[in-house]
Amino acid sequence: MSLTQEQLDELREMLSCGFEQLDTAFAGCMEDACIRLSKDGVKQLLEGASLICMIGRGYEPVHVFLEEMPEIGQRLGEDTIEKVAQGVWKMSRTPNGKAILPFLQTLGTAARRLNSQEMFCQYVGLIFDMMEQTTRSTHGFHTTIPSAGLPDMLNQVPLLLSQLSLEGLRNWMEYGAKHYRTHPERQRDFFSLQSADSKAVFQRERHGTLFADIERRMDYYMKAMWEEKVQFVPYSAGFDEMRKPYPYYDELGLRIPDVLDEYEDPGIGIRVKATDRYRAILAHMAAHRRWTQAIFADNFSPFQRVAAEVFEDTRVEYLAMRLYPGLRNIFMSLHPMPIEDDCDPTKESCIRHRLAMLSYAVMDEDHPYQNEIILEFVDKFHEMMKGGDCSTREIANLALSFVARTRRQEDQLANVYFSDTEVDYRDDNRHMWKYHELGDEEEMFEQFEKRKGEEKEEEQGLPPRHYPEWDYHAKTYRPDWVSLYESLHPQGNIGVIDDILIKHSALAKRLKQLLDMLKPQQYVRERYQEEGSELDLDVAIRSLIEFKAGATPDPRINMSHRTDGRDIAVSLLIDLSQSVDEIPDGCNQTVLEISREAVSLLGWAVDKLDDEFAIAGFSSNTRHEVRYQHIKGYGEDWNDLVKGRLAAMEAGYSTRMGPALRHAASTLETRKADKKLLLVLTDGEPADIDADEEHLKWDCHKAVQELDQKGIYTHCINLDSKADEYVADIFGPRYTVIDNVDRLPEKLPKLFMALTK
Amino acid sequence: MSDADQYLVHEEPFYQSIANEVELYEAAYQERLPVMVKGPTGCGKSRFVEYMAWKLKKPLITVACNEDMTASDLVGRYLLDAGGTRWLDGPLTVAARIGAICYLDEVVEARQDTTVVIHPLTDHRRTLPLDKKGELVKAHEDFQLVISYNPGYQSLMKDLKQSTKQRFSGLNFDYAAGTAEAEIIAKETGCAEDVAAKLVKVGATARNLKGHGLDEGISTRLLVYAARLIKQGINPTQACRMALVAPITDDNDIAVTLKHSIDAVFG
Repeated sequence: MSLTQEQLDELREMLSCGFEQLDTAFAGCMEDACIRLSKDGVKQLLEGASLICMIGRGYEPVHVFLEEMPEIGQRLGEDTIEKVAQGVWKMSRTPNGKAILPFLQTLGTAARRLNSQEMFCQYVGLIFDMMEQTTRSTHGFHTTIPSAGLPDMLNQVPLLLSQLSLEGLRNWMEYGAKHYRTHPERQRDFFSLQSADSKAVFQRERHGTLFADIERRMDYYMKAMWEEKVQFVPYSAGFDEMRKPYPYYDELGLRIPDVLDEYEDPGIGIRVKATDRYRAILAHMAAHRRWTQAIFADNFSPFQRVAAEVFEDTRVEYLAMRLYPGLRNIFMSLHPMPIEDDCDPTKESCIRHRLAMLSYAVMDEDHPYQNEIILEFVDKFHEMMKGGDCSTREIANLALSFVARTRRQEDQLANVYFSDTEVDYRDDNRHMWKYHELGDEEEMFEQFEKRKGEEKEEEQGLPPRHYPEWDYHAKTYRPDWVSLYESLHPQGNIGVIDDILIKHSALAKRLKQLLDMLKPQQYVRERYQEEGSELDLDVAIRSLIEFKAGATPDPRINMSHRTDGRDIAVSLLIDLSQSVDEIPDGCNQTVLEISREAVSLLGWAVDKLDDEFAIAGFSSNTRHEVRYQHIKGYGEDWNDLVKGRLAAMEAGYSTRMGPALRHAASTLETRKADKKLLLVLTDGEPADIDADEEHLKWDCHKAVQELDQKGIYTHCINLDSKADEYVADIFGPRYTVIDNVDRLPEKLPKLFMALTK
Repeated sequence: MSDADQYLVHEEPFYQSIANEVELYEAAYQERLPVMVKGPTGCGKSRFVEYMAWKLKKPLITVACNEDMTASDLVGRYLLDAGGTRWLDGPLTVAARIGAICYLDEVVEARQDTTVVIHPLTDHRRTLPLDKKGELVKAHEDFQLVISYNPGYQSLMKDLKQSTKQRFSGLNFDYAAGTAEAEIIAKETGCAEDVAAKLVKVGATARNLKGHGLDEGISTRLLVYAARLIKQGINPTQACRMALVAPITDDNDIAVTLKHSIDAVFG
């Protein structure tokens, strides 16, 4: 349908906008609009365009609106048009005029992706929410400073929508808006998906099955079905838009996508679960590892290599299916089925199409293909496989003859036929080729350099551990927020600790008496013994009754006793922040010195009790550096090494308690003891220079809850006389405040005994 | 029926010899050497002993050992009787008196103080002192002691003492290799050979996970159960899930992997 000049003029009159450029594009836009929309819809479109023309942002927004909206209106309902126009108008009343054009440009993608008016409106609402949150004002009255991140984010929308659900998009946006509201530079980094936490949150919100969630299962899969212990290296397909990454493997491990969606082909009613897609990828690679021998690539032309790879892929899958027939279902559902006549060999290069047909035909006996050469080679393939496993070399020869038979001049065309020829669970086959001459490509150089680098790094301490932190405003975790470095505490003078024990020898004596009481001695009765130390009267009488009644009596009428052992694992965390270097009121030693005495006595006492016991100190210097210093491990004795470390304890930096608790729990959790106790010795509330105390307090509270779920009992010993204000918020009822710090050496071991009695 | 008769194995149990273990056992029996049969659970240890008893035409007395078993459970005890007390021989004493093969199944389960009572029977003395009764039982010349022992789940607490171990000659058992195991399953249950071969393949996948989340792989006995269920007309996938997955693991990830391997094998 084409419009007459009269109709066009009529429509042009309804649009009150004077840009000259409009005249050239108007006719095209209107034809599209008249096909897609009703008369009323066209009217709405022109009214909306008139409104947008008035916002004073030049010609482009009007053009984009006229171009995009007819399709959106047709897809989602015509009343969307007016809503969008009003939205744009509203946006133009804020300082965010610059974002209008990118906003309009995202609408087409959003409409196609979301495909319902309700979701689309939610999306528009989201953008406005984000805009409002990040638009700032100088004096708190009128918003005057435009949102820094909005244009950047709008540029990312196509990627975001392709990877996230609307819900995920909301979470991602809210996270950025909340944390970087007052920091325009960081805000831009976040919303342009540059910063690490932006990527981390993005990753967390992606839809599909994360490999991390099923890694253990896949590990079992490889071990059970393929007898391989492999290293998985997930790669992300979310960021690399230029070139789609493929799975592959090399000596460093199996590279596999970090997230996969369920595969669905509604046309033929096939669904493949994401786990099965992972299994297909792994099965394919495992089959290569089992049956593929690398061959020299130098004498092959590019076409021959492509063909040899497809033939080899087909061969190893065939062997895998011979071993596990059930794999056929998964492979067949995921393998595309090219339609025979889809590729026109006179216009396009059909080599990929031919190979994909062959590969499919081998897998599916009921394939629809008629091409004689394909059928002939399928037969040849089956013939070869009858004789046994066949080898990469032999199958490559078959591939060569296939290339020779089917070769056409047009194969050289730049226009290669791609659709339905990509088998996405197959790897890139880099392992299949070896070269007479090693190339000097960048990748090789990198590998060489890396190896040199690795040797140097090994000597340094443990790699950082990353822990999340709880955000009490958002009620979510900030993923991998804190970096914790664990290291051995340096050594000091052992004499200090021995002196302490001598100084407190009177106390030690009293403690010893208490310890003796606590030592495993509770008797546990063992009943129903045939031979035991005492007669169990209840059972004896019952047996006698049975006997008198004429039945066979139970002869196990004795009982004996045994002592019940203590089975406790304890971890003690000592706060080593700067504040412990102060001398509290009424004392003549620093908190650190008193703590050292107390811990020495406790260490000595626990050693006597034979409980599993670990000591560590912690301090922090922003979230990027939480230090966790190992003083005593569960396996270590109470020996000079440990005493030396204890003697060398020093104060410094701040108190970020949450990550230290989580880290201590990660080792305590693995102990086999019945009861697990985590003692925290601190002189104040959690604090650090890069976060407010309220935040750290609630994070710490959350950490205590996590520990609770793991079956670890946490108890805080606080030396701050004002601790009552906050300590209960963190530890609930499980805390002791020690006002008279001087008495800590006496209190601490007693407290420990009371807790573990 | 005399005492000895009730312990005789009358019908030939199905046992498929894998190597020369039958021959070795016969030689050991001729010399009356105590034998220790080692191997994972469900690989045919008990069946082998039963088969040998049938082949040698000797009575077989089996005792399943457990933690609560005391020495008198083996040797015998006084029971109260209307007129006073009466001595009742334990299974070991009975075997020694009538000249049976005494088979102590899963002997590590018994406490060490219990296992030492077999010592005098297993060396040149071949006697069993009943100290409570004040009798010294001289073992019948046909008497032989056999113990079975699963090294798979031995822990520090459950191991035989060297002084016990060194009284026995040993036979190592394991699941039969691929085709032989399939043959055993097919013969034992009468199921089709290809079904048996597939079951063995599923079993192999689980055995690969031993030590990585599974304490023991799927035993031949469980494979036989699965084959029986299939013979009853149950769909193979269902039968395998019931017989092979549910009993051996509570770990969801392992269960999912095993279920997938069943699907992959049965197609």
